[in-house]
Amino acid sequence: MNDAVIRVRGIGKLYEIGERSHGYKTLRESLVSAVRNPFRARAAKNNHNSNGSSAEALAKADTFWALKDINFDVHRGEIVGIIGRNGAGKSTLLKILSRITDPTEGEIEIEGRVGSLLEVGTGFHPELTGRENIFLNGAILGMKRAEIAARFDEIVAFAGTEKFLDTPVKYYSSGMYMRLAFAIAAHLEPEILIVDEVLAVGDAEFQKKCLGKIGDVARSGRTVLFVSHQMAAVASLCNRVILLDAGEIKAIGDCSEVIPKYLVSESDSAQIVNLRHHTGRVGTGEVRIVEAAIRDKNGDLRNRFNYGEDIFFELTLERVTRAPALSCTVEIQTATGVPVLHLYSMDDPSWEPVTVSDTQKIRCMLPHCDLYPGVYNVSMWAGASPQMHVDWVSNALQLRVEQGDLIHRGFDMNWKHAVVHKQSFWRAAEETSCLPCTENAHANTGFTRVE
Amino acid sequence: MTTASIPVGPAPRKLRLRPQSGWQPVNFAELWHYRELLWILAKRDIQVRYKQTVLGILWAIVQPFAQMIIFTLLFAGNGFSTDGIIPPVFYFSGSICWLLFASSLGNVGNSLTNNQSLITKVYFPRLVMPIAGCVTGLVDFAISFLLLIALMAWYHVLPTRGLLFLPLFIIMAVLASLSVGLWLSALNVQYRDVRYVLTFVVQFWFFATPVIYPASMLKKHWEQIVVSLNPMSGVVEGFRWCLFGRSAPGPMIAVSAAAILILLAGGLFYFRRMEKTFADFV
Repeated sequence: MNDAVIRVRGIGKLYEIGERSHGYKTLRESLVSAVRNPFRARAAKNNHNSNGSSAEALAKADTFWALKDINFDVHRGEIVGIIGRNGAGKSTLLKILSRITDPTEGEIEIEGRVGSLLEVGTGFHPELTGRENIFLNGAILGMKRAEIAARFDEIVAFAGTEKFLDTPVKYYSSGMYMRLAFAIAAHLEPEILIVDEVLAVGDAEFQKKCLGKIGDVARSGRTVLFVSHQMAAVASLCNRVILLDAGEIKAIGDCSEVIPKYLVSESDSAQIVNLRHHTGRVGTGEVRIVEAAIRDKNGDLRNRFNYGEDIFFELTLERVTRAPALSCTVEIQTATGVPVLHLYSMDDPSWEPVTVSDTQKIRCMLPHCDLYPGVYNVSMWAGASPQMHVDWVSNALQLRVEQGDLIHRGFDMNWKHAVVHKQSFWRAAEETSCLPCTENAHANTGFTRVE
Repeated sequence: MTTASIPVGPAPRKLRLRPQSGWQPVNFAELWHYRELLWILAKRDIQVRYKQTVLGILWAIVQPFAQMIIFTLLFAGNGFSTDGIIPPVFYFSGSICWLLFASSLGNVGNSLTNNQSLITKVYFPRLVMPIAGCVTGLVDFAISFLLLIALMAWYHVLPTRGLLFLPLFIIMAVLASLSVGLWLSALNVQYRDVRYVLTFVVQFWFFATPVIYPASMLKKHWEQIVVSLNPMSGVVEGFRWCLFGRSAPGPMIAVSAAAILILLAGGLFYFRRMEKTFADFV
C-alpha cells in the first residue's frame, strides 16, 4: 500500500521571541505599545490575515521560524522517526500535526483518527483516585467512555495497580503513576499515533515496555510518528527517519543513512548553549540552568575532545526566586541513552553548595577523559539534595570524543566496542599461574593519569 | 498483550490543517462530539473542589448563609427595602443567584489558565473548558437552593406559579457568566492581569446588581436604565419574581436577555479567533 495518510506541504511556524522570553505579556505593555505604534500593529495584523505569501513580512527582528518549508509524506503502516537536536523544531512539528497549534503557512492533510501522546498522564489530577483518573485521562486522550470501560480491566492489569485503584494518585509512587499513565495511553487505538519523547522517563524496564508497545502498534498496521533522542530506539523501530535541523528538513530516508548524519551534525558547533527555552527539563525551578558550555584547559569553547584530555563543563545558574544552597551534577550518556558518568559536585570534598543570588557560573572538571570515541549527550542537574530537583536539563549538550591517544591501538575504536576505557595489565602466564604483575601495576606506564 | 479491538470513533475522515486567521465560526458538531470530555472535566472540578475539606459540600451554603445574616442585620435592620419580602429570604435568594453567576464567572475566566497542561499537550475544542467551568457552579447552586426551600418553609413563604420559569433564569445566570467569562478567559491566556481584574469586576458588579436592594428602590430614570443594562439585574429580579411573585420585571428581563445574547455571541467569536494562539501563549 503506497497511499500517504499524512501529507505535509510547505509547513512553517513563526514564533514571536519577545512573547516567549519575557513570559506573559501584561495588559499595560500591550496598551503602551498599541498607543505608541498603532499603525505598525495594524499593518502586522493585516499581513497576518492575508497570510501565505505575505507571511514573509512578519519575519521581523523579534520573530523566528521554528519550522520552515517542511514537506514529507507518511504512508499507511509506516513508523517514521523524527530526530534532531534540541530546538530543531521536532516538538513544534508534533504540535502542529496533533492540532495543538496552527501552522503559520502551508497545509497538512491527514486521513484517519489521530491520537497524540506528547506526554503521559496529561490531565491527571493528584486528588483523584486511580479509577477516576483512568476515565479522565482516557477522555482527554479522545477515548469514549464506553471504550474506556471496555478496556478498563486490561488497563489496570497492564499497569499492575489493582490494589490502589481507589487511592488518590498523589499517594502513588512515581513508578506506579507512570505505569498507570502509560497503560491508558497504550490502550488508545488511533489509526495514526504521534509520540513524543515519552520514553525519556521511567526506568529501563519501563522504557522497554513502552518501546515494545509502540512496536505492537506498528505491527497491527497503524501509522506511527515518533520523536526521540535515543538513536537505538529509533534505529530499531523506524522504517524511515526525518532529520530536522534549525527548523528545516536536513535529511530524510533510511535509518542507516540519516542517523549518522545526525550524530555528526550534533557535534559540529562549539558554543555556549542557551537553555532558556529548552523543554526537556524537570524540577521546582527556583534556580534555572540557563546556559551550558564545554571548554578545554585553555578556556576555549569546544565540543570535540581527544581521549585523555581534561574537559571543563560549565553551567550558568540563574536565580528565579529564593532557593536553598545547591549542588550540581553533570551526567553523560551515550547517544543511545546508556548512562555512563554521573559527576556529582558533592564528591569533591572541597565543594561548598552555592546559594545563587543572581547568576552563578559553575565549573566541573573531568580530568583525563577516558571515554571511548563517540558522541555523548550531557545532562545537567542542580538541586539541594539528590531527591530535590531544582532544575534538571536532559541532553543539554553534546560531547564528541575523538581517538586521541587510543590511536596507538591501530584501529578505529568507538563507543560501540565499549564506553569507558580502563587500563589493564597483561602478561603471558607461566604454567604455575599467578596473577599478572600485580606488584608493579602502578609503575606501569603507557598511560599516565593527569591529575 | 492483547487489546480488544473495538471499533472506535467515526469512520476515517480527512482532516486538513492550514493556517487559520480571522473570525472562525463555532463548530457545534465537533463540540457535540466532545461532550463526554466536557462532562468529565466538569465532574473532575466538582470532585476535586471539596476533597480534603472537613465540611465538604457544606461549604456551598456557608457563603450565602453568612451573607444573608450580615445583610439582614446590616441593611434590613436599617430600613432598607426588601420589596415586602421577608428579609432573610430576600437576601438569601439574591445571594445564591448572584453566587451562581460569580463563581461560574471565576471558573470560566480561569478555565484556560488552570488547564495549561491540557492546552499544550492535547487537542480538543478549547470551548470545552469554559463550558465545563460554568457547569460546575450549578452543583453548589443546587445545594444552596435546597436550603432556600427550607428557609421559605420556615418563614411560611409560598412560591408562586412563576416557579415554572425558574430554570429559565438559572440558565440565564449561567449564560451570563459564560458570555463574560469567554472574553476574560481568552484574554487571560495572554494577559495575566485578568485574574486580578476578575475579582475586582465581580465585586463592583455585585453592587450594580439588585442583590441587596430591589430594583424598585431605584426611582430615577437613569438609575433604572443603568441597572437594566446590566444583564444580571434581569436575572436576579426575575429569579425573585419566580419565587415570590410581586410585579413581573418584564422589560428588564428582555433587556438582560438581549445583553447576554450579544455578549455571548461576541465572546464565542472572540474566543474562536484567539483559540489558535492559546497553545503558543499559555
